[in-house]
Amino acid sequence: MKILVAVKRVIDYNVQIRVKEDGSGVVTDNVKMSTNPPDDNAVEEAVKIKEAGKATEVVAITVGEEKAQETVRKALAVGADRGIHVKAEGILEPLAVSKILQKVVEKEKPDLVFMGKQAIDDDCNQTGQMLAALLNWPQATFASKIDVKDKSLEVTREVDEGLETISVNVPAIITCDLRLNEPRYASLPNIMKAKKKPLEQLSATDLGIDTKPRIEQIKVEEPPKRKAGIKVGSVSELVQKLKNEAKVI
Amino acid sequence: MSVLLIAEHNNKELKPFTLNAITAASQIDQELHILVIGYNADNAAKAASSVPLVKKVIHIDNSIYENYLAENFTPAIIKHAENYSHIICSANTFGKNLMPRIAALMDCSQISDIIKVVSPDTFLRPIYAGNAFATVKSNDKKKCVTIRPTSFDAAPSDGGTAEIIKGDGADEFTLTKFVKKEEIKSDRPELGTARIVISGGRGMQSGDNFKLITAIADKLNAAIGASRAAVDAGYITNDHQVGQTGKVVVPDLYIAVGISGAIQHLAGMKESKVIVAINKDGEAPIFSVADYGLEADLFEALPQFLEELNKLNTIQK
Repeated sequence: MKILVAVKRVIDYNVQIRVKEDGSGVVTDNVKMSTNPPDDNAVEEAVKIKEAGKATEVVAITVGEEKAQETVRKALAVGADRGIHVKAEGILEPLAVSKILQKVVEKEKPDLVFMGKQAIDDDCNQTGQMLAALLNWPQATFASKIDVKDKSLEVTREVDEGLETISVNVPAIITCDLRLNEPRYASLPNIMKAKKKPLEQLSATDLGIDTKPRIEQIKVEEPPKRKAGIKVGSVSELVQKLKNEAKVI
Repeated sequence: MSVLLIAEHNNKELKPFTLNAITAASQIDQELHILVIGYNADNAAKAASSVPLVKKVIHIDNSIYENYLAENFTPAIIKHAENYSHIICSANTFGKNLMPRIAALMDCSQISDIIKVVSPDTFLRPIYAGNAFATVKSNDKKKCVTIRPTSFDAAPSDGGTAEIIKGDGADEFTLTKFVKKEEIKSDRPELGTARIVISGGRGMQSGDNFKLITAIADKLNAAIGASRAAVDAGYITNDHQVGQTGKVVVPDLYIAVGISGAIQHLAGMKESKVIVAINKDGEAPIFSVADYGLEADLFEALPQFLEELNKLNTIQK
């Protein structure tokens, strides 16, 4: 089995987001970037499946500007075999990314495509489902457990009511939850080795995909601030405040 | 213009968030139709028809729709989507799984998780875990939009008499099979709609210690939430997780116990009307959003809290 894993470069999850004063977006200059956290889980799962002898090759792919390659290099450093970088500039909507991935899937013919369930920058939660739609493949979203069978996967999904299990025939798209596994760290020797692994460069234009946004971003603003609260000195003071001041109990 | 809303239901009744999505959909356009796809789902279709804001119910009934699979629902929805300007559903795990599959096939760039309808093509949505709000305008002919249910009031559910018509389904998608659902049953209010939520974090130290939270939840008729750290540590099941990748809650009162307040957790609760934080670390970021902060050891504070609540005889249910 061959697994394609899609990774996205985003502002690091620990960075305090700052909105640009002109309302055009958030500040990204001199801000720490890293791989979208659930994409790390997707890479980890693919590598684990390969280590278990159930997959033969793991290919990591990213779509974006030149620096997005860093995320593919990171995937290579934790066990992916080779990488693909599809160059595209500007805001990329999930629909455009899924069309690009569709083209690459048609060329690479993987049995499985893994990615994180949601990117922590635009919080869209769309790309995996859209790719599954375009390919007319099964989709197992929000996966917290994956059991690889012969020609199918049994996937436990995290849903609002609890856990749901579905069985999907391969080829299939899996989007990964943070609880799927514990991503490993890359060792220094493996980071060095990753630099020698093949990384193919493509561009959205070569693939014939128009990435021009369909959604106009009119403005980005700070959310309303909460007014500062107070510290209470004791539990009884807390209960009195909740009852007499906030009137919520 | 008219709006097609995809109902979430259990074949007997509508799930509560469908009513919140109806409110948002009616703000886009008054001509609101609702699609009920299920098996032996007459009662769910009737419930939809009695919502006064709903103008028409399309009911598709077939055994292949007994369990919800996006792969089966999508072609049925596409069949009925032609006459509508907007396709809408809730941005919970139901809608998040379903809507992009519909949008891609209609070549529509979906707008996820809106918190306000500015106009029929312009919406407000949180990005970066709610640390920024983006106003976005869709230029697609047909718009696919998911609604953050807690940002809209539930629509009144009684008194309407919308017409119910039978609709055709589509062929079964046979490559995906439903296996089972482990639904956690509880007599407590649902986390997403509860008036009071009390949540525990890593500071709880064990699943057993959550009984301190349970006792207070019983007293206040509250739902129980948790941070991702507490769920990851196995203290409590995933359906309790509040945050960027869990549930978003907007209760009247949110009590965060032993939760440090990572931005990913704040994303799920900072719109709550009143926030209480109990944490022994006075520097914990949770205090920056709390209306009332109590710097204390939770293992001493929670039993005292219960005791004080027991002294009150006026607790609202």
